[in-house]
Amino acid sequence: MYIYDEHDYKILGERTTQFRKQTDRYLAGELKEEEFLPLRLQNGLYIQRLAPMLRVNVPYGMLNTTQLRKIAHVAREYDKGYVHVSTRQNIQFNWPELAEVPSILTELAEVEMHATQSSGSCLRNTTSDQFAGIAPDEVVDPRPYSEIIRQWSSFHPEFAFLPRKFKIAVSGAESDRAAIRVHDIGLQVVTNDTGEVGFKVLVGGGLGRTPVIGSVIREFLPEIHLISYLDAILRIYNQLGRRDNKYKARIKILVKAMGADKFAAKVEEEWAHIKDGLSTLTRAEIELAKNAFSTPAYAELGDESAVLAQQTAEQPAFGKWLSRNVHPHRVSGYAAVTLSLKPTGVAPGDITDSQLEAIADLADQYSFAEARTTHEQNIVLGDVKQSDLFALWGKAKAKGFATPNIGTLTDMICCPGGDFCSLANAKSLPIAEAIQRQFDDLDYLYDLGNLDLNISGCMNACGHHHIGHIGILGVDKKGEEFYQIQLGGNAGTDTSLGKVLGPAFGANEVPQVMQRIIDTYVAKRVDGEQFIETYRRVGMAPFKEKVYAKAD
Amino acid sequence: MPKLIKDANIIDNQWSMLEASNTPEDALIPAGNVIVPLNVWRSQKTKLSGRADEIGVWLTSDEFADELADDAKKLPLIALHFATFMDGRAFTTARLLRERFGFTGELRASGAIIRDQLCYLSRCGVNAFHFADDSINLEGALDSLSDFSDGYQTSVEQKTPLSQRR
Repeated sequence: MYIYDEHDYKILGERTTQFRKQTDRYLAGELKEEEFLPLRLQNGLYIQRLAPMLRVNVPYGMLNTTQLRKIAHVAREYDKGYVHVSTRQNIQFNWPELAEVPSILTELAEVEMHATQSSGSCLRNTTSDQFAGIAPDEVVDPRPYSEIIRQWSSFHPEFAFLPRKFKIAVSGAESDRAAIRVHDIGLQVVTNDTGEVGFKVLVGGGLGRTPVIGSVIREFLPEIHLISYLDAILRIYNQLGRRDNKYKARIKILVKAMGADKFAAKVEEEWAHIKDGLSTLTRAEIELAKNAFSTPAYAELGDESAVLAQQTAEQPAFGKWLSRNVHPHRVSGYAAVTLSLKPTGVAPGDITDSQLEAIADLADQYSFAEARTTHEQNIVLGDVKQSDLFALWGKAKAKGFATPNIGTLTDMICCPGGDFCSLANAKSLPIAEAIQRQFDDLDYLYDLGNLDLNISGCMNACGHHHIGHIGILGVDKKGEEFYQIQLGGNAGTDTSLGKVLGPAFGANEVPQVMQRIIDTYVAKRVDGEQFIETYRRVGMAPFKEKVYAKAD
Repeated sequence: MPKLIKDANIIDNQWSMLEASNTPEDALIPAGNVIVPLNVWRSQKTKLSGRADEIGVWLTSDEFADELADDAKKLPLIALHFATFMDGRAFTTARLLRERFGFTGELRASGAIIRDQLCYLSRCGVNAFHFADDSINLEGALDSLSDFSDGYQTSVEQKTPLSQRR
């Protein structure tokens, strides 16, 4: 993992001091509400329905166990003893006191964490693949580049007052687990014919009110030009992005209005001016970043599949966990494990202080003292020996995060919704729980296979409902909460956006509607087809027919 | 006399600002140091060039650096006027004036800026700050100017990124 040097500590220390002074001025009445607003947002602080919410960045999802324990400490000392893992890999505290936030940020800075630009109209935290560095299908580890981007984007003097928020995601694998096609900038790390490392650059993707799949504006950007090219894109956006209407201010609207080709030409023209300047990455800079993510001290191990098969025979429940929550690793004898934060009855992505500490203990013992947050709102231990899996399973089960549901219908993505968020039109958490209760039979869930259910409490789409195989969107109709269902969305390499099934439903109808959608899939699927494949083959009609059939 | 911050000092404002005009060719330009709108500069450039040391130009947020382009080098002062502090376009304009168009005179941010923007503006090449709000405590604002002693990126103040100075 990247380790701060004295420069990083100094800059972050200056930031926390700056925010402490700003908060003091605000509390003393010397800083107006509307002037404090963007300052607190750029330090992660929202004012929510019930209390402030503090969003702390987890750069590209990587956490060490010191950080996990510090998050647990902050949750216990300053909050109500739990935190929420967001759909952009960040950690959210739901109940901090405004006056205490500077102290929280000071504590977090001690362990190299920050809330810098985690909200507001600025460059946000850069996200990446939760299996970066360990996935068998990885071409290039995206983390060194993500860290280079983190540094470039932090306190960037030119882009602190953008038209709207700006999110970058980086993937270095064949299979896209970072949703790069629905980010303001998506970067795919690739190698060219001569083995040179570079980036395929996508811009203008996004969810929210106007979901758009990003356009490729450059097939290959040599790695040394990463920063100057990002500067060029941001500069064009900063100058030309709309500022008259916040719903039309994201870069996706600009790219659509100009056309991707014209936008690309504009970027290239700007880039030509700054291309070979001092922002050009040197070999030494790239190596420094790469060294921060060097390979851990893996043992030389053989494949332990036979032992795992035997353990499965003795304990079928272990086998279920293996099949859903354990993922292949590029190093022989190792595996990656997803700890599920989606047991029935707990808000998806919520985790308590003692669970955070338990994960830290497990990571210390089994996974080189590191863990990763995922955009599906779970936590991954990346480097577990296959021979330790059985023991790890037992311990994870005892702490409540071994629910073997990863990738299934109940491993849903869900925003905090109307229970917490002041933007929401409708509650999302009770819908999630009702669906989890409707589909609580594990064997049935496994039979249904991979199924992404994404739930958002409003059209801002924090729950990524557009790219769920099934998406649920909370809407407000004359003061009442309704839920619109979408089908056919998909995240990943063949990203697609869902289409609306039909008129929205009341909260109490949603589990039954879900059941009818699933029944339709089961009736229509042909051997081995996953939900999204069946949907793509048969289309919307049979689902619509079944769901809206008049009960006779 | 109204005060402002220039080069990290509090000084008297020696310049008056001529309001925007729909008939720039007819705008009367008073004697002394005057900052004129871009359209006035354009329509009276020949005449105004004779007063080289006492004519500056101010830009709105949607007037970009390339609209002044090579004229920038000849001007003693350019002001970037903020209608609202949330409009960050002038941050780019500042950098381009300094880094692309060779402007070396006084680069002034004026209008609805807040003191918490001073440090970033300064890194973008702005060296003078004129708050619309007269009640601003300028000594306090001077503090904010040095909120950060260093930054990761290239900037007008520090051309070498931090990662090449580690």
